[in-house]
Order: sequence, then structure tokens, then C-alpha cells
Amino acid sequence: MTSAERKEAISAYVFLSPFLIWMVFLMGGPILAAFFLSFCKWDILTPIQFVGLQNYKEMLFEDPRFWKAMYNTVYFTVFSVLPGLALSIIVAILMNQKIRGISIFRAIYYLPSVLATGVAVAVLWKWIFNADSGLLNYAISFITRIPISECPKWLADEFWSKNALIIMSLWGVGGGMIIYLAGLQGIPTTLYEAAEIDGANRWQQFWAVTIPGLSPVIFFQLIISIVTSFQIFTQVYTITDGLGGPADSTLVMVLYIYQKAFKYYQMGYASALAWVLFLAIMLASWVQFKYSKWVYYEGELRK
Amino acid sequence: MSDMTATALPDGGFWASKRRTEKYTKIIVVILLSLGAITMVFPVIWMLSTSLKEPTQVFAIPPVWIPSPPHFENYSKAWTISGMYASEGITFTNYTINTMIIALSNCIGVTLSASLVAFAFARLRFPGRGPLFVLCLGTMMVPPQVTMIPTFILFKTFRMYDTFYPLIVPAFLGGGAYNIFLMRQFFMSIPYEMDEAAKIDGCTNFGVFWRILLPLCKPALTTVAVFSFVYNWNDFLNPLIYLDSNSKKTLALGLTNFVSLYGQDYHLLMAAALIIVIPIILMFLAGQRYFIQGIATTGLK
Repeated sequence: MTSAERKEAISAYVFLSPFLIWMVFLMGGPILAAFFLSFCKWDILTPIQFVGLQNYKEMLFEDPRFWKAMYNTVYFTVFSVLPGLALSIIVAILMNQKIRGISIFRAIYYLPSVLATGVAVAVLWKWIFNADSGLLNYAISFITRIPISECPKWLADEFWSKNALIIMSLWGVGGGMIIYLAGLQGIPTTLYEAAEIDGANRWQQFWAVTIPGLSPVIFFQLIISIVTSFQIFTQVYTITDGLGGPADSTLVMVLYIYQKAFKYYQMGYASALAWVLFLAIMLASWVQFKYSKWVYYEGELRK
Repeated sequence: MSDMTATALPDGGFWASKRRTEKYTKIIVVILLSLGAITMVFPVIWMLSTSLKEPTQVFAIPPVWIPSPPHFENYSKAWTISGMYASEGITFTNYTINTMIIALSNCIGVTLSASLVAFAFARLRFPGRGPLFVLCLGTMMVPPQVTMIPTFILFKTFRMYDTFYPLIVPAFLGGGAYNIFLMRQFFMSIPYEMDEAAKIDGCTNFGVFWRILLPLCKPALTTVAVFSFVYNWNDFLNPLIYLDSNSKKTLALGLTNFVSLYGQDYHLLMAAALIIVIPIILMFLAGQRYFIQGIATTGLK
């Protein structure tokens, strides 16, 4: 290493120093500490007690609430991410036209996604889902003529409560839409022209040009949105007063971790839950990477 | 493109009909988008309308869309009661100030430190750059709940529980993988000749960063700043864990307390919720042009 190179490396590490401190003290260290804690019993006040695999054993074999929370989280993830994906691609394609005033549409669709994860909007949706006087049931009965009393009870109903959360999350499709829109604009128009000359109709063009061209963006979005929906918390906490009701039907993993750690002070058990959540997210991402042959990278052809 | 082909093949009835179908497609697209836009906007109109009602109108079916007279006093009422410890002299004013302090400090911390770190990743050569960057991206997969408990204990040991420090300090330490990534992508889109020219003129690395590249990064910096502001304005879990005394709570915490106390007074709840949402909407409208572009740069890579 020449002295100029050494100098550059030293200044690089100076630039990086905030990140390195964070990496050690607020990321790497805590991950390991949480791993260690997950084999302990600890309520903060009394000394830590090493219990081996007991937390994991209890979680897997004696704790129905863990399974419920896992089920609810996976249910929410599957049924919010996939429809959200389809919907945001559809909106992006509709939006990708030369129409006057399209930027107003873009803003209208995008804005809710900026607000969607906040407490204020969760309160708004709690009111929209109100079974007797909420906007949603009024709209349903207005359109279908079903009396309001026969409409779903949404947040008060064990089956509908999770679906209410999903509807709420679909209000935020604009976030994905913006990214797909950028992706669509990156697909060269020459590809469509070539496809048209080859006699491909719109539908065939969609599957042979649009989807492959968009696939790296879809892949990125899929991974990120699965990671974030595994972490749903604020909306559930606000809507259910931190309980995850009715009858644990909206108890999601992060809410359960929060309850165990900061309501019951079972820090060890909560750490074990957090680690299982971590592993579940890693597993989901790994599966996606493993089956990512469908993702088409334009650059690969140029090798 | 369709115009060109149409003029190139003037006599084809096929092209004329193709142009007509394109016009119909556009009309259908506008209709579909409008229907969607109505669905997007209705909840907000509903929120606004409810916030101006008197209590007896709130539950009326069919709903009263335009309350007359509008009850603007719901807002002042919400503002004072929602600080549910109004008896202790705590109102929404306190919550707003607290939230502002936290969100603005985060804005400053995140933009500064994320761009510093991103500059090193984008422009400087040093051993371990590749693996470190992969590690950095990898942290995006780590759910914050894994680090939450040990971090909480760390801050508690340093006697920072019930202060703003745990909510502000991390922002100054790198600003998070996503922001680092976004800034790095942006730096990489700026030609390296800029740096070289500045270095020949005697600029240090920091000089290149501060005087040459940062001023060119305004769209990316705006994106990062707006996102971190909105994130912290809305953040709930961290303040919930770290803040205890009522005088230190944020708007998000204040609103949830308000909900658990006045859960059925939807006219007041909606007024309070709107008060919280309005700054974000304004911020969005102000920075929209910049950050829609900014997100586009990350989404693609």
C-alpha cells in the first residue's frame, strides 16, 4: 500500500466512523446480546438467570399465543403484500400514459402511503371501520343495498379484523406505485416497437416486455415489503389499544414481543421471540433469493 | 410514435382505427384512475367532515357530509384536551414541541451522517469496502425488534431513559442503511471528474465532499430529510418505549392516550388526527418534486 492509498483509507475510516460505531454498539452488539438473552430469564430487576433452551421450548410447545401471533403475521403479510403488489403495478401501468393532469393523480395516489403508518391514520381507519356508523359499511350498504346491520363488524369480529388491517395497508399502494412507475419509464420503448412488429398484442407485450423489464424492481419491492409487513405494529397497537384483540385475532409478532418485554418484563422470552421473527424474515428473504431466476437483468446479455 | 407511423402509412384504415382505440384506452384509463382516486381521497374527506361535526351528527346514517354550521371549535378543544394531562398544564403544544425537537434533530443527523458514510462508500478506496457495504445493506433485513431490548438496556444503563437521547443519538450514527444506500446511489451518478478537478485545485477529501458533492445532492438530501422527518413524526414504538413522563411525550403518544380516553368522541379524535397529519401533507407537497425523483433512483438498483 502506497502512502497515498494509506492516507485515503484512513480518511475513509474517519468518514465511516459514525457508521462503524452504530454497527458495533447499536446493531451487531445488540443482535448478539439478544441472542444471549434468548437463553436467559430476566425481568431487569433480579439477576439474569441462564435457562438454556427453555424459552424456545416454551414458545414452540406450550405457548398458543406465539403460534397465533405467527399465524396472524404471516396471514397479514401474504394477503397484504401480494394484492398490494398486483394493485400497485396495475396503477403504475395506468399512470404511465401521456395524459394531462397525470401528476395530480400521482400525488393523490402517493400521499396516503406517506401517511399510512402513522397513529393519526390508524385512528381514522378505526372510525372508518366502525360497524354501525363507519364510512366503509355505509359505502357497502349504499352500493350493495345490504342493510348495515348485516355488514361485517370489522374490528369487532375475529375473522374480519385481520382483513381490516389488510384493507388499511392497501390504501398505501401509492408507495409501490411510484417505484414501479420509475421502473416502467426505464424500459426502452424500442422493445415495445420490436414486439409490435413481431405481431405481439398488448397482453403479450405485457408478459414478454413489461414484466421482465420490471422484474428487478418487483424483486426488490417484494423483499422490502415482506420485511416491513412482518413488522406491522403501530396500526394494530392504536386500533386495539395495545391488546391485539378481539380474541388475539390481530395479535402480531411485534405486538407480542412488545407485550412480553415491556408489559410483563420477560426480557429473555421477548428476545427469543424477536430472534424467531428475525429467522422468519431471513428465511422468507432467502427463499426469494433462491427462487429469483425469474428476475431478468438486462446487463446479463452484455457479458 | 403512433403519429409517425400514421403519417408514414397515410391510407391505412388500420392505423386510423388504431389511433381511435388509443383514444378510447386513454378515456378508460382516466375513468379507472378517477375511481381509484376517489377511493384514496374519501377517507380524508370523511376525516375532515367528521372533525367539523357536532357530537350528535357524528353517528348519523346517512352521514352528514357538510356539517352546518361547521364546528371549528372542535380543533381548539382537541388541542387542549388531547394533552390529556391538561390539569398539569400539558397540552398538544408540549407534544408538538417535543415531536419537532426529535424530528428536526433526526433530519439534521440523518442527512449529515448518511451522506458522510455514503461518500466513503461511493468515492474512497479502502480495504474491506465491498464486505462492509454488503453488511450495511444486510442490516435492512434485521427487524429493529431484535436489537430493541439490548439497545433499551444500553440506553437505560447510561441513564438516558425518559430523555430524547435514545430517539436522537442513533440518527447521528450513520442514519440507517436505506439512507446510506440512497445517498451512495446519488453520489455515484455524479461524474468522478468533478472530484479530480477539485483535488487538483487542492481540495481535501472532506473539501470534495462538503463543497463539491453535497451542493449537487440537493434532491437526494431533500428526500432523505423529508423521509426522516415523516418517519420520526409518525414513529410510535421508540417513543413508547423510551419516554415516560407526560411532559416529554410526542404527538403520536399523545394521540393514542387521547384515543383510549375519548374513544367515542370521533369529532374530536378526527380534529386531533388532522392536526397531526397536516404538517406531513404540507411537507409532502413542498418536497414532492424532489423526492419522487429521489425514490426513483433507489427503486431501480
